[in-house]
Amino acid sequence: MNPVTTVSGTAYPWGAKNIDTDVIIPAHWLKTITRAGLGRGAFETVRAQPGNIFDDPRYAGAPILIAGDNFGCGSSREHAAWALADMGIQAVIAPSFSDIFSGNAFKNGIVPVVLPQDAVDRLIAVAKDQTITVDLETMTVTTPFQDRFAFELDPFRRECLMKGLDEVGLTLARDEAIGSFEGQMAEGRPWIAGRQRLDAATAGTA
Amino acid sequence: MAQRPQTLYEKIWAAHVVERRPDGTCLIYIDRHLVHEVTSPQAFEGLRAAGRKVRRPELTLAVPDHNLPTTPRKDANGNLLPIADPESAQQLDALRRNTAEFGVDYIDATAAAQGIVHVVGPEQGFTLPGTTLVCGDSHTSAHGALGALAFGIGTSEVEHVLATQTLLLSPSKTMEVRVDGVLGHGVSAKDVVLAIIGKIGAAGGTGHVIEFTGSVIRDLSIEGRLTIANMSIEGGARAGLIAPDETTFAYLKGRPMAPKGADWDKAVEWWRTLPTDPGAVYDKVVTLDAADIAPNLTWGTSPEDVVPITGVVPDPDSFADPSKREAARKSLDYMGLTPGTAMQDVAVQHVFIGSCTNSRIEDLRAAAAVARDRKVADGVRALVVPGSGLVKRQAEEEGLDRIFVQAGFEWREPGCSMCLAMNPDKVPAGERCASTSNRNFVGRQGPGARTHLLSPAMAAAAAVTGRLFDVRELKSHDFDREGI
Repeated sequence: MNPVTTVSGTAYPWGAKNIDTDVIIPAHWLKTITRAGLGRGAFETVRAQPGNIFDDPRYAGAPILIAGDNFGCGSSREHAAWALADMGIQAVIAPSFSDIFSGNAFKNGIVPVVLPQDAVDRLIAVAKDQTITVDLETMTVTTPFQDRFAFELDPFRRECLMKGLDEVGLTLARDEAIGSFEGQMAEGRPWIAGRQRLDAATAGTA
Repeated sequence: MAQRPQTLYEKIWAAHVVERRPDGTCLIYIDRHLVHEVTSPQAFEGLRAAGRKVRRPELTLAVPDHNLPTTPRKDANGNLLPIADPESAQQLDALRRNTAEFGVDYIDATAAAQGIVHVVGPEQGFTLPGTTLVCGDSHTSAHGALGALAFGIGTSEVEHVLATQTLLLSPSKTMEVRVDGVLGHGVSAKDVVLAIIGKIGAAGGTGHVIEFTGSVIRDLSIEGRLTIANMSIEGGARAGLIAPDETTFAYLKGRPMAPKGADWDKAVEWWRTLPTDPGAVYDKVVTLDAADIAPNLTWGTSPEDVVPITGVVPDPDSFADPSKREAARKSLDYMGLTPGTAMQDVAVQHVFIGSCTNSRIEDLRAAAAVARDRKVADGVRALVVPGSGLVKRQAEEEGLDRIFVQAGFEWREPGCSMCLAMNPDKVPAGERCASTSNRNFVGRQGPGARTHLLSPAMAAAAAVTGRLFDVRELKSHDFDREGI
């Protein structure tokens, strides 16, 4: 993952609430076995409507999306984050995000920026003809009009974003602690690792 | 030393902390991992690319469900029938190859044990109280019905769990949703959870783990509890919990992957210590009275858009919040509904009984009690899709399949089916479906499809009347006995 420190540019001034991941990427796009190329399916049902924001030339290629409450609710599909990243989105600003989407965004170099509704409303107004900057160093969103909105990020996730860290690699380095936990588990809750494995007849692979 | 009273959530969390970081996030051990074909190919590919292996293959179980057609999988001679959609076939094949390569247990599409991952887990005894359980699917919250801390994860997290058997997580806030009283005739677990989501809203549980409590929850079977916990995510909560009790232990005892012998006794002893201590404090408490819960359904395109069947399509102007007004206008436009219309005057063309929310044996019994000696209305296509091959077999032993087929329902093979329209089961654009699934999102059951979420009994009532209909007005053979 490439490190992210600032995201600056035009923003889709959308503001829609409860945008679920079925809207971000419909299920028929989920049959892929790779992460690539999902931008083509992003917001397919929205883009089917004339005059939609994603085909408005003023915002073409915008790296920022401004949305309403509960962005990314519904299905856990990480394809939603892959689709947004593939269409060039590096930051989403909204009053709230679904917990699962938020985690998926971080892992794909997309900054989920939580700001209060009035700040989001102001940014939507500005974004109609001006650029916006999301700065991870100062943890602020700024506009050419001297607007300055501070936001918060989980410190570990912020560090992963800014350094482009591989989380699996980081956790694998904690092998000793995990092994020690597993040792205690074998004593205290032996039924966890001791479960019956599938036999070929039940598995249907005989 | 007296310990501070703890919630069920806090106890499970504390039992799984591998390491606590200075910022409060914890490396949490994952006891159980369910895998299906849609959200795992990129995770296995990631392992392969980095030369990593699956840390504890015995803690993972894989089964295909999302892509599978619900038409017969073998011909009359027992030969495997090909999957028509090449992309679906490729994804299903990838799951088979990946699980074989990494040594993970895999249930094949042709096995009786195959089914929707959230039906299979409890059914096999893979899901256990007090465990942490994850799956690359948001309805993993269902497993909380057995007292497991269970939640959906993205594919990067699937890869993380496969490689490390852990996840790095921040503790959630807790929310108690208490439902007391006694449910009325024709009111089921689905109506209860729709009432809850209608009350807290689709984002009401964001950042929280819900614990469902109260006499209504205690009196429910495991099947009913699974329906409730399943839809926690539709109220924004990543996980929903129900304290394990005698009902839970009776359900699990003897299941293939549940503990046996001395392990069983030791497990039950520990499980009995898990329920929330008296005096423990939740961050938020919401209460509902069973007497206020009618058979419910949705009118719009968010699961929070709930009305009782006796209600009318709401007027967008009746909402105080301007953005909700705008959303309601768009929803009604998409749904093709006019404010003030009685819900019972709305005709349907499709009925779907299935999904990880409502495809278990009790759901099929409730629907069959209504369908019995009746006919699916003209112009309605009605599908029954059992949640697993074992549910299907049991239903057939009870004769439920014959009731459905005689009434004109289609009796299908198990899978996710019309819940999310990844397989060939779709609702055509502009047509309306009474569905026992969990999401009424725009395009969820197919592009332009219009979805009304409701209970299995209500879905069967819609099938036989051709419209959204109050099941309490239909005399049912088993109405009193089954208490649908």
